[in-house]
Amino acid sequence: MPAAALSERDLDATFAALADGTRRAIVARLAAGEASVTDLAKPFDMTQPAISKHLKVLERAGLISRRRDAQRRPCRLEPRRLQQVADWIGGYRAFWEESYGRLDEYLAELQGKEKKRDQKKARSRRRAR
Amino acid sequence: MTKRKLEVVAEPDRPIIVTRRVLDAPRELVFEAFTRPEHVRRWLGPRALTWVVCDMDFRVGGRYRWVQRAPDGQEFAFHGEYKEIVRPEKVVSTFVFELFPDAEAIDTLTLEEHDGKTTVTTVTVHKTIEERDGQLAGGMERGMSEGYERLDELLVELSARQR
Repeated sequence: MPAAALSERDLDATFAALADGTRRAIVARLAAGEASVTDLAKPFDMTQPAISKHLKVLERAGLISRRRDAQRRPCRLEPRRLQQVADWIGGYRAFWEESYGRLDEYLAELQGKEKKRDQKKARSRRRAR
Repeated sequence: MTKRKLEVVAEPDRPIIVTRRVLDAPRELVFEAFTRPEHVRRWLGPRALTWVVCDMDFRVGGRYRWVQRAPDGQEFAFHGEYKEIVRPEKVVSTFVFELFPDAEAIDTLTLEEHDGKTTVTTVTVHKTIEERDGQLAGGMERGMSEGYERLDELLVELSARQR
C-alpha cells in the first residue's frame, strides 16, 4: 500500500544489511568512531576476508563508507542511511494515520446514512400502518 | 471523535511492516471501504493529494492502479494485482510504487470483527533481498522524498486541528 515510498531498493538493502548479527555489531562499533578491518575483525571469530564481505554488504547498503587511506581503508558509519530508515517508517505511519483518520469519518458518514435510511423506512412503515 | 491509535511494527530482521488499527464499523462495511474505488478515493492517502486515477478491478487476477497528485503537481502512482480475496476478511495483492518499478511488495489485508468494531491488519512484505541484490548499484543517494516531510507537517497540522 502507499507510503512504501522511499526507494524500496535502498530500504531493502538496509534491512538486509541489518538482518545479520555480525553486521549489526559492526554498525554499533562504528557508531563509536572509525575503525580498520583489523580492528573490526578482533571481537569476532572470523577471518579478515569474512569481515570484508560483511563490510561490502554494509557499504552497498549505504550504511558505511570506506576511506581510501593507503592499505588501511578505515570504515566509518554513514548515519544518514539509518536516519532515512527511521524517516521512512515515520512517513509510512503518517500516511496511514491520516488515511485511517479520514476512514473513521467516512465510515461514520456511511453508517449515518444507513441509519437515516432505516429511520425513513421505519417511518414510512408506521405511516403505512 | 477520539483518535484511535495506529500500531506500526517494523520487524528488525526482515523487510516486513505490520500495521494494526481498530475502526468503529462492522467488517462488511470496512471491507467495502477498502475494496470499492468510489469508497477508496474518499479516504485513502493524505487530504492534500487529489485523485487522478482510481481503477480497481476487484477480482482475483484483476489489477488496480492508483494515481494521486500533490499540490505541486508531483504524481504518485501505484499498481498491483489481486491474488486472493476472501470476502469480507482478507485480500492479498501485489504492490508496486511506480517510481521504483522493480520493487514489488506483497500486501495482506485482514479484517476481524469484535462487538461491531473491526480490527484492520496490514502486512507488507518486500520481495526477498537476494532477488534484488543484483540490482543494487553504488552511490545510492536517493533520500526520502520531500513528499514525506510534507506529510509529516500535514499530520501535525491535522492533529493540532483535531485537538
